[in-house]
Amino acid sequence: MATDLVPEVVQPAAGSSRQASPPKRKRPRRPVPLWRELFRYRWLYLLLLPGLVYFVVFKYLPMYGLSIAFKDYVPFLGYSGSQWVGLEHFRELFTGPDFGRLMFNTLLLALLTIVFVFPAPIVVALLLNELRVNVLKRSVQSLIYIPHFLSWTIVASLTYLLFSVDFGVIANWIHGLVGGQKVDYVAQADWFRPLIVLQLLWKQTGWGTIIYLAALAGVDSQLYEAARVDGAGRWRQFWHITLPAIRPTIVVMAILTSGHLMDSGFEQIWLMTTSLNRDVADVFDTFVYYIGITQGAFSYATAVGLFKGLVGVLLIFGSNWLAKRLGQRGLF
Amino acid sequence: MPRTPTVRYYDSKGSRAFDILNAVLLIGLSLVTVLPLLYVLAGSFATESEISSRPFFLWPEKFVTDTYTYIFSTGTFVRALLTTICVTAVGTVIQLLLTLTMAYPLAKRYLPGRTLVLNLVIFTLVFSGGMIPTYLVVRDLGLLDSYWALILPLAINPFYLIVVKSFFQELPEALEEAARIDGCNELNVFLRIVLPLSKPIIATFSLFYAVAIWNDYMSPLLYIDDSKKWTLQMIVRQLTAANADSANVLQQLETVTFPEQGLKFAVVVVATLPILLFYPFLQKHFAKGVLIGSVKE
Repeated sequence: MATDLVPEVVQPAAGSSRQASPPKRKRPRRPVPLWRELFRYRWLYLLLLPGLVYFVVFKYLPMYGLSIAFKDYVPFLGYSGSQWVGLEHFRELFTGPDFGRLMFNTLLLALLTIVFVFPAPIVVALLLNELRVNVLKRSVQSLIYIPHFLSWTIVASLTYLLFSVDFGVIANWIHGLVGGQKVDYVAQADWFRPLIVLQLLWKQTGWGTIIYLAALAGVDSQLYEAARVDGAGRWRQFWHITLPAIRPTIVVMAILTSGHLMDSGFEQIWLMTTSLNRDVADVFDTFVYYIGITQGAFSYATAVGLFKGLVGVLLIFGSNWLAKRLGQRGLF
Repeated sequence: MPRTPTVRYYDSKGSRAFDILNAVLLIGLSLVTVLPLLYVLAGSFATESEISSRPFFLWPEKFVTDTYTYIFSTGTFVRALLTTICVTAVGTVIQLLLTLTMAYPLAKRYLPGRTLVLNLVIFTLVFSGGMIPTYLVVRDLGLLDSYWALILPLAINPFYLIVVKSFFQELPEALEEAARIDGCNELNVFLRIVLPLSKPIIATFSLFYAVAIWNDYMSPLLYIDDSKKWTLQMIVRQLTAANADSANVLQQLETVTFPEQGLKFAVVVVATLPILLFYPFLQKHFAKGVLIGSVKE
């Protein structure tokens, strides 16, 4: 009995849990009946139960609920009572007037994020890494992490307070510099995307540096010494040691980001949407809320959400495949 | 805090110049990050006329607390503040309890069925039912307009669960072995040996969870219709964000008139302050938490 309790000693301690599956359990000669096994680990299963219930109820029941994307869901009739309509809602989505606009807005925001928001933490981490005064380095880090912990409502409010047409400090400042007509940055459609990018930069850049700084901290300092002996200057050391060192991290982060290309950040977008910028602001996420919760078109909204989710899954697997093809270690 | 190895360079002129430029740039970045927050703090103590006449200031000419006295005298705001505090406290305890109890069995490699459950958890990271089906589940459970709707749907963050699981896996097995030989069952091992050893991780994730609930805007937006049950983030949004229909919703609130600028500043400060007060404490732990998560899985 006692030896059965520690069969995992056989396994190598290193390696992620996913690599460890399927578990190489040493089976005792006689197979143990299921109920004996369940009873032996009863306390562990008891501890596991509440969490399992959570995942079933709040994660897997909704996945079952996705079936209403193929039905005409009537709350009164319930999931099973509602009529199947097949791909009707998807046809409505793809042929309807909203699809092109939603796709364009979502993809454009994703593109802007890749171009402006994704590289920012890398650049800042590299600059921080070159900072030789440790006190300064730590202070800068502490300060630029702060916005990550503020809510999107606070960020939206700050934007409004700083950019509003009548008293916003930055709005007035720009007006003072440029002159001309006062611009209502917060309401105007033209300024929606720049403001969204600006908010993302402000809120997430500092936080994003953590992971790159950790990767940089892992670089063997002997490499630098060797490079210096070989006469490499600061720029060469950066180019040939520092940059290659964080390339794997960049790839992993790129894969993770690509999986979320379709998620445009519901809270952020919704908070910045006004009646004037709705045409450029509507993305899949906010559209699902608008059409589903406020208009009550549950089935159609679910279909839109499902489409978005599936594209997200495709993107994450696709970029992982691409990363491997390019000779990098993927995520899985 | 990750610490990079200090590299000494030959001090060429260009290298020096770069150092100075780099420092200036990063200090500038920090200023851009914190100045808006300091301005709002200063603005919340300034008079209405100062906000509209002075362009930018970090210290009000005339120091007043009118805005605070006003918002704390309105029932709506005080109720929302208390609601948020209670929901955050209860929610954090529940989230932590569920995360810890589920992570512990999942850390045991010998537990039959562990891989299946783990895969089910990881799958939810890639794919989810989405907003509407989740909303319908919450509705069918009768949780609409209930504070539980702000807590239960977010009870376990799968990322945090995996991090905590990795942490448990790192604990020395011999310790638990010894306890088991001394007659502890798994439950006792968990309660008496594992939990006391997990204080750093408990601190980290209670703070992460608390911040997430405190900041949550989507859940109250989705699940709470009754404006008497609104949380602070909803109030912040209604009072400050630029939205065409905010004027309408404001009439549902008991606030007398359309709020003046100073009020907006003060509301933002009150909704941010707890997080900034906890921030130094938070900071001690979070980098470690993030790194365990990223390096291990």
